[in-house]
Amino acid sequence: MIGLLVAAPLLGAALLLLGGRRLDRVGHWLGLAASAASLVFALVLFTDLLGKDGEERSLHQHLFSWVPVADFRADVAFQLDQLSMTFVLLITSVGTLIHLYSVGYMEHDERRRRFFGYLNLFLAAMLLLVLADNYLLLYVGWEGVGLASYLLIGFWQHKPSAATAAKKAFVVNRVGDVGLSLAILLMFTTFGSFSFTHVFAGVDGASEATLTGIGLMLLLAACGKSAQVPLQSWLGDAMEGPTPVSALIHAATMVTAGVYLVTRSGVVFDAAPDAQTVVITVGAVTLLFGAIVGCAKDDIKKALAGSTMSQIGYMMLAAGLGPLGYVFAIMHLVTHGFFKAGLFLGAGSVMHGMNDEVDMRRYGGLRKHMPITFATFGLAYLAIIGFPYLSGFFSKDEIIYAGFAKGGNEGWLLGGVMLLGAALTAYYMTRIMLMTFFGEKRWQPDEAGHEPHPHESPLVMTVPMLILAVGSVAAGFVFDSGERFVKWLEPVTGLAHGDSPVSHGEVSIAATVVMLLGVGGAYLQYGRREVPAVAPAGRLLTRAARRDLLQDDFNHVAFVQTGNYLTRGLVYLDHKLVDGMVNGTAAAFGGLSGRLRRVQNGFARSYAVSMFGGTALLVAATLLMRAV
Amino acid sequence: MSFPLLTATAAVPAIGAVATAAVPAARRTGAKWLALAFSLVTVGFAAAVLLRFDTGSGADRFQLTESHSWIEDFGVRYELGVDGIGATMIALTAVLVPFLIGAGWNDADPVEGEPQATRRWRPTQGFFALILMVEAMVVLSFAATDVFLFYLFFEAMLIPMYFLIGGFGDRAGEQGEEGQARQRSYAAVKFLLYNLVGGLVMLAAVIGLYAQTADQLDAGTFSLQAILEARASGDLDFSTGVERWLFLGFFFAFAIKAPLWPLHTWLPNAMGEATAPVAVLITAIVDKVGTFAMLRFCLGLFPEASDWATPVILVLSLVSILYGALVALGQRDMKRLIAYASISHFGFIVLGVFAMTSQGQGGATLYMINHGIATAALLLVAGFLIARRGSRLIGDYGGVQKTAPVLAGTFLVGGLATLSLPGTGPFVSEFLVLVGTFSRHQAVGIIACTGIVLAALYVLVLYQRTMTGPVRAGLEKLPDLRVRELAVVTPLIGLLLFLGVYPKPLTEIVNPAVEHTLSDVHQTDPEPQIDVSEVEAAE
Repeated sequence: MIGLLVAAPLLGAALLLLGGRRLDRVGHWLGLAASAASLVFALVLFTDLLGKDGEERSLHQHLFSWVPVADFRADVAFQLDQLSMTFVLLITSVGTLIHLYSVGYMEHDERRRRFFGYLNLFLAAMLLLVLADNYLLLYVGWEGVGLASYLLIGFWQHKPSAATAAKKAFVVNRVGDVGLSLAILLMFTTFGSFSFTHVFAGVDGASEATLTGIGLMLLLAACGKSAQVPLQSWLGDAMEGPTPVSALIHAATMVTAGVYLVTRSGVVFDAAPDAQTVVITVGAVTLLFGAIVGCAKDDIKKALAGSTMSQIGYMMLAAGLGPLGYVFAIMHLVTHGFFKAGLFLGAGSVMHGMNDEVDMRRYGGLRKHMPITFATFGLAYLAIIGFPYLSGFFSKDEIIYAGFAKGGNEGWLLGGVMLLGAALTAYYMTRIMLMTFFGEKRWQPDEAGHEPHPHESPLVMTVPMLILAVGSVAAGFVFDSGERFVKWLEPVTGLAHGDSPVSHGEVSIAATVVMLLGVGGAYLQYGRREVPAVAPAGRLLTRAARRDLLQDDFNHVAFVQTGNYLTRGLVYLDHKLVDGMVNGTAAAFGGLSGRLRRVQNGFARSYAVSMFGGTALLVAATLLMRAV
Repeated sequence: MSFPLLTATAAVPAIGAVATAAVPAARRTGAKWLALAFSLVTVGFAAAVLLRFDTGSGADRFQLTESHSWIEDFGVRYELGVDGIGATMIALTAVLVPFLIGAGWNDADPVEGEPQATRRWRPTQGFFALILMVEAMVVLSFAATDVFLFYLFFEAMLIPMYFLIGGFGDRAGEQGEEGQARQRSYAAVKFLLYNLVGGLVMLAAVIGLYAQTADQLDAGTFSLQAILEARASGDLDFSTGVERWLFLGFFFAFAIKAPLWPLHTWLPNAMGEATAPVAVLITAIVDKVGTFAMLRFCLGLFPEASDWATPVILVLSLVSILYGALVALGQRDMKRLIAYASISHFGFIVLGVFAMTSQGQGGATLYMINHGIATAALLLVAGFLIARRGSRLIGDYGGVQKTAPVLAGTFLVGGLATLSLPGTGPFVSEFLVLVGTFSRHQAVGIIACTGIVLAALYVLVLYQRTMTGPVRAGLEKLPDLRVRELAVVTPLIGLLLFLGVYPKPLTEIVNPAVEHTLSDVHQTDPEPQIDVSEVEAAE
């Protein structure tokens, strides 16, 4: 049954990608059906798990032995517990909604069948990632989603920018993958195994240094996949992909895989406090980094991408807090999955009606033209800024509270950073909201002279948006009432309460106050005044933030340029020095240079024959000598 | 006396070569079909080798053995036999050759303006006959258990290879017909010289080895099994100095063939100038004899010297991995790019061999197989592309996926396998090599790991520049893959995926051979620090 979860979309992908043009007309429905089938399997398994007691909610399925070489035993085996079940439900439900949305969004694309094939491939890989019972199989899913992401970011390959962004995403992720490889290698040399069960059982006996090493390497992997500092630079460019892709892969599911990895490896991190400190730091830095970038972007998708980074920063930070935060990291991950997917689908709907314009300075006043999009986007907006009693309010406040509960100066620092982040979130989201849906219309004819005619999207697109809006509104409340979510996950992740200097209520009030400050700030700047159609020069920080806080400039100088010089230098050396030296030695030894010249005059064959003849003679002579 | 299966596996392509060469000039197409038929029959024999190979725990190390005296005065015998490694390598060779023939179907057809085929000059027949000849020699190299016999085939395959490289090239015309011929001839001679020098040094070592056995045993012998037994029993004992010199003699030849940095520079020339199928023949099949021979002869015959040389060889492998990848990034010619990528991959193979662990050597063996198939897939598609446009320069392409999506798609899959994407065969072998290396030499393993980023770069940059972006002028009408080309590429891709998902049939054959090799060098796998074996796997 668990295998079927993965098999359905995998089969869908195979059919769609190999089926050829015959399937062009039904391909999208086939893709949707595969995804929906997965969702149905997931729901069945979910009710199955609910029927069991908390501690026994785990299913295991061993398919076959994959790579057995001496003590190295890798299996294809699945494990379904509360943590993976949570992810499976998120992936299949949001995934199916986005498949449905894509039917409309990609309607006019001649390669729609292939698009659905890639989406199915992504689902299969992502499910494999969260269902694997060992790190090596997880790695397969891990790179599998990377591949799907590569294919989908670069889906419009004829655009050089898309092709470049796709390559960048893959390569940066590969840097993270080195971390995952090394973590697995360390596990193997330490425990002789890399299955979750074995590794976690062995943690007690391992030295802290080793565990810290494993933890940091896992974190490197998580940074790559989840776009955390210092491997964050690919996410903004990844917005080159079609918007449903941004919603599914680069907001709701794949980019949260890093949080999954850290939470799944909680046992390791709990025993390696130094590694945890680094996780917290990465999370805290990224949540501010992403928020600052999000404040400065005029491209609606890139602003949302900054927001995604920032929100994942919250999750990462929470996961770094250990049992204090695991549950809430995952809870925020799920609620974020709903409202961020909703936001991206809303953005896609806006672009759909605006001739694919992404510059918010060319929007304005769209609420009148796209009422459903406005309503669903608005609800998701309220959810993400933490408006009381919507999803984000519950999940984010719990994380901020957990930060304070860390205790001591550290607790105050973390709590403060996260409150600042909350203010920034409210600011940049309000900015997006105001620039897009309020104010006067600012759109102009595009280069070809087409005036955009903003219109509401078809049902097939708005229905998924409506459903996600419901999730954005209600998920937090449903999870929080009776501590359902906490009780569900606790058996896997553990739970601690810590010693917070402030109460839950105080945190909520503080969070609401900073949220209002952020909203107010944005309103003063973008609501009261007309938004200029061309961005003002801005101050130093704004300019830096528009350039993603110089991340690419740094990478360019540090890696790209250095790499180019190195490569060019080596190519030259290889030709002149290595080749020349070996040739030179050969020539010197045999006085061959003269002959080489002869060779180039066309005596190559005779030369070869004589050379081989010589060897043969030599062999014969030597053997004869021995015999005598 | 059972049926000499190994001899037969080599004899089929050898006979096929003669038969193909004898086809009259006018029956060009018939010659191709004949060559293909013989190569397919060889696959059948190779399959029989695999099926007859016993992987049970008490099975002999060398199986399907044949032994006949040949030159009695010098103890040279015609001795064949395979362990699991040899058997899989023979299978790889046999499986790849039909695809090479299919891919090179039109590569040796006469072009207008060229002198027409005559009774004495029949290039098409020659091309396919030479490929089959190489196949026969390679199979015998993998099967020979007599050191001298091995040497003979190791050297003899240079002759057909030389003519394949020098005689047939791409019709890629940026340098004109004459310039191209000059380049080709240079590449062929360079290939020959390098390998001959290696062979000569090895010959000296072979003779030295014989002298040692003649001194210490009743009679001199080249028999691998006899020498291994005598060494194990203590009847044959090399002094440290002798063993090291002999080891170096063998290793030098294999390191040229493999090729290992800094002896690699013949490979980009040869692979660049040869037609794509011949380039695959070089890197996927012929070069594997080098790494295979390291496992069989260097480690088996000279365990102490192997141990002694390991640190230097590990460093050379690391240099190969990183250097090959970086130089690949800087190439403008796509075949040379793939050649440098191969150098990087050979670094991994040698690393695995000398990591002296089950995972390292098992991984290295799988790596030889997977690299062979992955490179074949990538390079053959590159060859199809080059044949369409008449240029090897990456800069002459762009936007191919728009006009030839299937070609671009297969190229991407070949590329992804080359960068060892999980789910494809090369991932399994590369990871095993890394595990095997890391568990004994942590720092080396860490550095080798960075190779996976570079691999992603050179593959994806190549794909981006050739396949994506706006369609370049002159490529608007580029035809997509034809049926013949699809028939070549699809099974290779299928194999890559299969070996990525279910490599167990291979590991089962290879594992016992690796155990034997490890015990030759008196090594055991490092133990994990913590024993968790008693923990029950989750139900």
